[in-house]
Amino acid sequence: MLNQIVIVGASHAGVSVAFKLRDLGYTGRIVLLGDESGVPYHRPHLSKQYLLHGLDKDALMQRPATLFEQHAIGYRDDARVEQVDLQKRQICLHDGCTLNYDALVLATGAKLKPLPAVLGVQKATNVYGLRTLADAQRLQTALCPGSHLCVVGAGYIGLEVAAVARQRGLNVTVIEHSAQILSRVACSQTAQRIRELHQTQGVRILEGSGLQQVRMVDDQVTQVLLSDGQILQIDALLVGIGVEPRVELAQQAGLQIDRGICVDAFTRTSDPHVWAIGDCASVLLKTGRQRLESIQNAVDMAAVAADTLLGGTQTYNPIPWFWSDQYESKLQTVGLNHGYTHVVERDSGSDSWSVWYFKDQQLLSVDALNDPRAFMLGKRWLTAAKSPDIQQLSDSSILLTAVALLPNQ
Amino acid sequence: MPTITFIEPDGTQREVAAREGQSVMQVAVENAVRGIEADCAGSCSCATCHGYVDSDWFEKLLPAERMEQEMLEFAIDTTSLSRLTCQLRVTADMDGLVVRLPQSQA
Repeated sequence: MLNQIVIVGASHAGVSVAFKLRDLGYTGRIVLLGDESGVPYHRPHLSKQYLLHGLDKDALMQRPATLFEQHAIGYRDDARVEQVDLQKRQICLHDGCTLNYDALVLATGAKLKPLPAVLGVQKATNVYGLRTLADAQRLQTALCPGSHLCVVGAGYIGLEVAAVARQRGLNVTVIEHSAQILSRVACSQTAQRIRELHQTQGVRILEGSGLQQVRMVDDQVTQVLLSDGQILQIDALLVGIGVEPRVELAQQAGLQIDRGICVDAFTRTSDPHVWAIGDCASVLLKTGRQRLESIQNAVDMAAVAADTLLGGTQTYNPIPWFWSDQYESKLQTVGLNHGYTHVVERDSGSDSWSVWYFKDQQLLSVDALNDPRAFMLGKRWLTAAKSPDIQQLSDSSILLTAVALLPNQ
Repeated sequence: MPTITFIEPDGTQREVAAREGQSVMQVAVENAVRGIEADCAGSCSCATCHGYVDSDWFEKLLPAERMEQEMLEFAIDTTSLSRLTCQLRVTADMDGLVVRLPQSQA
């Protein structure tokens, strides 16, 4: 019987596991420690509605503060954990307080990758990142109509901010060092659709282009020199080059680390009293060990953790899904496309479009642009381990619901 | 302040005060109503805030737009009275709205 469960990290995974434990009938103590100030909030909104037109407090919060009290979840904000002692089963906070645990859940998330130190922008006041509410509030101040924002990195965050900034009247240039935007996650066909979305709005996208050097005046970056020799005059720089998992506590404590805090199918770490969930954890999938950086992963890992913390045997077998809002468009993805051998495009007319990733005959993943049907059916088929007939899928005149399905080998 | 009644999966009735302008999903989440997951926090991207609107009320609501309609088409256990509650914005004349929640949102 667990008397005290301590959760380090109060973003989506941490909050989710706390409430799930209560849902499952756990009546012992829950301490939920967040290192940010205030009530836990929805991270996805920060690069979308929050920046675009603001959000009132109630819409931003994951749940009202009173709900934590009502469910006897001892939430503490501004609580930084400095050390985990696996032998004593104790954690130590920045203020010197120690807390014992019967079970520990690490939901420490991820932190932004900074630009290389050699660029020398560490002290610049017009270089921004976007991970936390504080980052978003700071970035807001840079969104001045008519100014020039340079976005470094064309992943989801970079592209979402580019869309918001453009809609708010800024001039925007996105620079991506790889040959293609969304290179980490998407095929060239999806990249082309998204590229067009931005270009028709007047955003400049420069692929195969990296930041070589910057010029600073006082503490502001005023110019950037790109690897192709172009020089851009800029007013602000947003860095969206990805994240690193926050594994420091786990590493110092001696837990196994590999691309994140290693967990098994039950979301348990290499220590029998410690679990890890969300962006900080690496899971073993058929395609290898990796992190899944999404709301889906945070919430679904939390559900498995809550179950196994209380003695259950649920395992984490994700069908990962994700969404990204850019301008009036919604990109939804489901599955993982690693190792795909070919893709099938479907144009459903107007602005609906989808691309289906296959490894030989087996469906791996779907990218759906303004096409929720494709997303939902793709999710259903992947969950059922079935694959659509490729010939029929390729024929846009055949409705998705009429496409023959074959069980995966 | 309009009052909304949620019927939780086990039949428990929860009468809660709603604020104009928030979504019915937000009302449910703020009041810890059981049976709503709302994974995407109102982005019309996950279909886990699905609810059945009472038949007396269904026609009175602003109809679903395309994205919501398509998400609903393949959500779990939907009926002709299904809506994604994150797309229902509370107005003063929704006082007395009744929404029943499904057995499962997964």
